[in-house]
Amino acid sequence: MSTVTEHAGHTDHSHDESHGASDKQYVVIALILAALTAIEVSTYYVDFGPLFMPTLFVLMAVKFVIVVSYFMHLKFDNKLFSYLFYTGLILAIAVYCGALATFKFFLQKG
Amino acid sequence: MAIIERPSAEIAVAGAAPSGVKPSEALGVFKRPAASTSWKDWLVTVDHKKLGIMYGVAAFFFFIVGGVEALLIRLQLAGPEGKILSADQYNQMFTMHATTMVFLFVMPMVSAFANYFVPLQIGARDVAFPRINAFGFWCWLFGGIFLNTSWFLGGAADGGWFMYAPNSSTLFSPSHGIDFWVLGLQITGIASLTGAINLIVTVLNMRAPGMKLMRMPIFTWMTLVVQFLLLFAMPVITVALFLLSFQRSFDATFFDVAAGADPLLWQHLCWIFGHPEVYILILPSFGIVSEIIPVFSKKPLFGYPIVAMSGAAIGFVGWGVWAHHMFASGLGPVSVAVFSMATMAIAVPTGVKIVNWIMTMWGGKLSFTVPMLFAIGLVVQFTIGGLSGVTHSVAPSDTQQTDTYYIVAHFHYVLFGGAIFGLFAGFYYWWPKIFRKQLSESLGKWNFWLMVIGMNMTFGPMHILGLQGQPRRMQVWTEARAGEGFFNIGFWNRIASLGSFILAVGVLLFIINIIYTHKSKKVAIAPLDPWDARSLEWMTANPPVEHNFDSIPTVNNLDEFFHRKYAEDPNTHEVRQVATAEEVLAELNAHPDEHIHMPSRSYWPILVSLSLPIICYGLIYNRLLMGVGAAFLLLTMFGWAMEPSTAPDDDFDPPAPGEGGGHTKELAPLG
Amino acid sequence: MADTALAHGADHGAPHTTTGLSNNKLGMWIFLGSECLLFGGLISTYMLYKGRVSAGPQPDQIYDIPFTSVSSFVLLMSSLTMVLAVSAAHRRDDRNTNLWLTVTALLGATFVGGQVYEFTAFYREGLGFTTSLFGSSFYTLTGFHGVHVTVGIIMLMALVGMVRRNRIPGSKAETVELIGLYWHFVDIVWIVIFTLVYLIPS
Repeated sequence: MSTVTEHAGHTDHSHDESHGASDKQYVVIALILAALTAIEVSTYYVDFGPLFMPTLFVLMAVKFVIVVSYFMHLKFDNKLFSYLFYTGLILAIAVYCGALATFKFFLQKG
Repeated sequence: MAIIERPSAEIAVAGAAPSGVKPSEALGVFKRPAASTSWKDWLVTVDHKKLGIMYGVAAFFFFIVGGVEALLIRLQLAGPEGKILSADQYNQMFTMHATTMVFLFVMPMVSAFANYFVPLQIGARDVAFPRINAFGFWCWLFGGIFLNTSWFLGGAADGGWFMYAPNSSTLFSPSHGIDFWVLGLQITGIASLTGAINLIVTVLNMRAPGMKLMRMPIFTWMTLVVQFLLLFAMPVITVALFLLSFQRSFDATFFDVAAGADPLLWQHLCWIFGHPEVYILILPSFGIVSEIIPVFSKKPLFGYPIVAMSGAAIGFVGWGVWAHHMFASGLGPVSVAVFSMATMAIAVPTGVKIVNWIMTMWGGKLSFTVPMLFAIGLVVQFTIGGLSGVTHSVAPSDTQQTDTYYIVAHFHYVLFGGAIFGLFAGFYYWWPKIFRKQLSESLGKWNFWLMVIGMNMTFGPMHILGLQGQPRRMQVWTEARAGEGFFNIGFWNRIASLGSFILAVGVLLFIINIIYTHKSKKVAIAPLDPWDARSLEWMTANPPVEHNFDSIPTVNNLDEFFHRKYAEDPNTHEVRQVATAEEVLAELNAHPDEHIHMPSRSYWPILVSLSLPIICYGLIYNRLLMGVGAAFLLLTMFGWAMEPSTAPDDDFDPPAPGEGGGHTKELAPLG
Repeated sequence: MADTALAHGADHGAPHTTTGLSNNKLGMWIFLGSECLLFGGLISTYMLYKGRVSAGPQPDQIYDIPFTSVSSFVLLMSSLTMVLAVSAAHRRDDRNTNLWLTVTALLGATFVGGQVYEFTAFYREGLGFTTSLFGSSFYTLTGFHGVHVTVGIIMLMALVGMVRRNRIPGSKAETVELIGLYWHFVDIVWIVIFTLVYLIPS
């Protein structure tokens, strides 16, 4: 396959057969995601106490970043894609958290 | 002569497995339409210049519609206890006036300029997604028509342009007007979103060699910022409109206070969109003015990087000020303080721009042509509107001004005195590029001065009216409560109404100017470079050929065209003209590119977008019609996907002689 | 597409872009950035309204976490099969591309089926679209996500047909990749929804 024509924009990994990871690595990543999901679901059965919310948020963020970085190749792709996507994401988080804050949403007790 | 050849023919010949559909294989309806000079070509065109012209013409039509609505409002308020409109009609009138001016005039007129000039300014042959570009135009047009058919189908929307819930629920507005409004804006929203994606990719990805970001003309810069604002703001209003239409059509409870809903949710969503929208309306005009002022001052733009970056800064900070529209809603002191500060902060980059324009004019050889007059008009009037805007950032003062005519005065100074004056500057400046003839300067000056006088007579008194407490959206005022002396609101209302008609005459003169220019035999074809301009769009024929540039220029400077015309004498440091515009163009065209690929025309953009209003009528009147529309949508999308990538062979020049024989056919000029 | 043809085509058919990146891919990422704001608005609406139950059941009374966990897992795994399809497409392995695309579409359909089942179950338990603010915002948020998945399934099936008939204009691998990006995005939205909506009780 012609990496020169199809992957002209790649700064790194441009000699890889495809983007970033191999099929085996994808399966490993999927297993990690499945394991993280299992931990998430376990919070429903086991009492995590004060760690409940932080655990869920960290796991959610980790899963999100893994899918975006590896499955969507953002880690290996041109930085411009990352800038564009994360601009939207961060803007969304900032704006909507701001709006929810004016409703005193974060001051309520869960 | 440049050769327009069939794209990817080589792949089909040499490739082992041809991909895509070969034109000869395509079934009848799946063929691409061939080029023609008839009016039908406009329906299937994907040419960014033709789409730009269509955006412009249609948007100007809606400008007249919105203007007539405004005149009716002013007629109603010209005297005490106006009888021209009923209260209900008055509600519809101000709602549709604002909606039309914002969504159906300024935004699409900006799209018109952006479509036509961004590819030319960055040295591209077309936009990144030509079919999607056409799709966006037709979506916008059908959405706008759909929105306005509500006038004839039981009344238009009557909730004000920001449509506050729960006032917009079926309980308070039982007619279908708001349903039309919501669905119509969804359709035009699709146009904005696709347009944003298209133009961002175009600017990022299709620049001529050497056209670095910091060499792009300011109009392109501002377009880029605005498209990012649209990209991120449209989904927010989309959510809000969906919530409202689910409430109205399917009895959802989003804004039902009895069920515990918070009406402020709508206000937040509306203004998270609405405030970036304000910059969406004004920044393109800033861009146009930043093009015009240097040309007519015979100086480069003062502080180019600062002008570009302050535009980006306005776009960024514009996301953090939305709640200043809601100071009177009881947000709480912390929120009010935060948003007050942010609002004051956003005045800084705006002020920076104004300083830059003035410094550009400072010491320049000013020539007061009509475009320059309109540009200066923007600088002055926008400054007035900007200053009254800063008074709104002071929350205690804003609480007094909320929902009075003071607000109306403020946003008309920035939107009419700012955005629309910028657009008129653009009309006069770029008219010879698009239509080959220069609009009359003398009629243009009348047009300008009448608009300045009319605009200030109409909106200036509204400051006084507002501070005297006249509320917005009231269909009558009474003599008994009009006050006395200088502050008599009756007097100022009459002045405002009189001013609005002077303004209308000014706009009428613009139309007369167009007709005169194009009908009169006395007006000659404009020279290639009538203004001695600086940027790349003037380095094309008048009007530009379909593929814009016979050969793509290599850009070495900001203001590339200027640098090709003028050079500095190394000894005396004097800037002298070294070439005329004709010579520059001839030199560029001396070595035309041999392999130019232009996108082929397509039936599908207009057909796909046609299904959207059908679905929306169905949603309002008849679910069966909705099904028909949805089926039509699926079918046409299938057609879109299955369309061959190019038109049949006979639509193109044969390959160049060196490429395997055949004679060279000159590309017929299109329309 | 033979390499020579592609190289030739690169000279002519696909003009060099300023950033060297494909227009389509850039457009898709920009679109996904915009979609963040869409789902952000819907999620915020839900977060604001989830505790406002004027009538009908509370969220934690009707959520069936084991069931939703399984359907979340199904959607997560469809991301794996999607990425395998993209990888096969980059290898120009049409057979495996089609196989994995089909599996992805089936997993997606399973997820949507699960959602339909969930909606009917909730409806029977007394949570209608108009019952409460919680009901309206829940169905709107998850419904929008479901529509996105459904659109994804339609695109996947169309893609299978087009790959089979060699009817994809331009680079096949890129088309598969673009639809893959969309599909993964729908998946990450569900990762967020699953945590914020289902796992964190009101």
